[in-house]
Amino acid sequence: MSTEFDLDRPWRVDPRVSMRPEPFGALLYHFGTRRLSFLKNQRVLAVVRALDDHPSARAACAAAGVPQAELPAYARALSALAQSSMISERTRV
Amino acid sequence: MTLPGKLTDLFQLGLDAPICLTWELTYACNLSCVHCLSSSGRRDPGELTTDECKRVIDTLERMQVFYVNIGGGEPTVRPDFWELVDYATAHQVGVKFSTNGVKITPAVAARLAASDYVDVQISLDGATAAVSDAVRGAGSHATALRAMSRLSDAGFRGFKLSVVMTRHNISQLDAFKAIADRFGAQLRLTRLRPSGRGADVWHDLHPTADQQRSLYDWLVAHGEQVLTGDSFFHLSAYGAALPGLNLCGAGRVVCLIDPVGDVYACPFAIHENFLAGNVRSPGGFESVWRTSSLFASLRKPDTGGACRSCGHYDSCRGGCMAAKFFTGLPLDGPDPECVQGHGSAALAAASPASPVPRPSVDHSHRTVPVTISRRRPPERDCDENPLAGFAASSS
Repeated sequence: MSTEFDLDRPWRVDPRVSMRPEPFGALLYHFGTRRLSFLKNQRVLAVVRALDDHPSARAACAAAGVPQAELPAYARALSALAQSSMISERTRV
Repeated sequence: MTLPGKLTDLFQLGLDAPICLTWELTYACNLSCVHCLSSSGRRDPGELTTDECKRVIDTLERMQVFYVNIGGGEPTVRPDFWELVDYATAHQVGVKFSTNGVKITPAVAARLAASDYVDVQISLDGATAAVSDAVRGAGSHATALRAMSRLSDAGFRGFKLSVVMTRHNISQLDAFKAIADRFGAQLRLTRLRPSGRGADVWHDLHPTADQQRSLYDWLVAHGEQVLTGDSFFHLSAYGAALPGLNLCGAGRVVCLIDPVGDVYACPFAIHENFLAGNVRSPGGFESVWRTSSLFASLRKPDTGGACRSCGHYDSCRGGCMAAKFFTGLPLDGPDPECVQGHGSAALAAASPASPVPRPSVDHSHRTVPVTISRRRPPERDCDENPLAGFAASSS
């Protein structure tokens, strides 16, 4: 899995994705690819929810309270979501 | 999807709403497949009405159930089927429906191809007509292929070709894949359960031990290209886990709503022991999912029972609850198709006198014609007594 996720670009949740909070985090379902994904804790859910409202993924992570030391792990999680088309780069900020 | 062990442990405790909800809209069917899991054939007069179905969809929208797997019976024979599909997709509930293809006209295919929110699953149980029609009935293979051809011609990519694996079609795995590829479809293989009418044919149709091994190897080789509905997790005891949730999802992540609104723990468990409630009761489906005592008990962590001492328990988790139940095996012991052979040993050891549970409901077509106009001849010439032919009761 690629870890080259650009934290400094603007990202958004694909409009065809539905997110359902669960006790462990959240379930995501993409109606276009018909695939499920999982967010494994509440903080990554907060990050994903913040993507649309922030100029970069890094800013969304900061807004969700991700500690600096954990940024690489969150970048990997976001990278996996990008690869499964759950999130994509926003063309306009 | 491949899940880390920790998430599987969380799923074991259940979710706020099902991931995979099967909704059988009708018991009516134009076919009489010998292995029908829901013993379908005739419509039940107590079927949910169109309005009642829409209230269920409203509930699913509120619970954020992403999609429902609609089946039957043959769901497309319900006159309001397309109305309900449209209602569901307009309410953010995606639809995947299973069909034998009988109603897939070119116009229907075009309409389906145009929607992101509707997926179709065509059932076919043999790559050749001889193998498939022996299980699903004469002409059914041709009907399914015609439907796939129409979907493909309409530009529908990635619909599903769904196959129940039997002793007679495991040798056709590559041929099924070729059919799916030919129509731009994705192959989905599922396990034969001894549920519904399947109980009557399971002993003759379930794969042999050697066939299970070759199926496992084939699934491993094809990975996530081939869907399985996570139904072969009992095979994971051969070695590496198969893709998917290697866990019985009954009442945890899956359940069934039947045509009369009864909610069962899983589509393969239509029996009163696995009946959690009814969507017509106060609180509806949401209340059944969240408060049923049956579901609460299914969401407790598995103890493993008789399988606990087996080194493969972490892989197979004891297998399928319905397969055990309808072959008369204890639920906390091995699956009847346990790849270590513990299930066949348990089946062999079971007393032939001990009763095997039967499905609670049966809507099979009556295969013996009912004669109403002709008077039955007297059994004996002297038996013109009105009680002739009746067994003597008390008195």
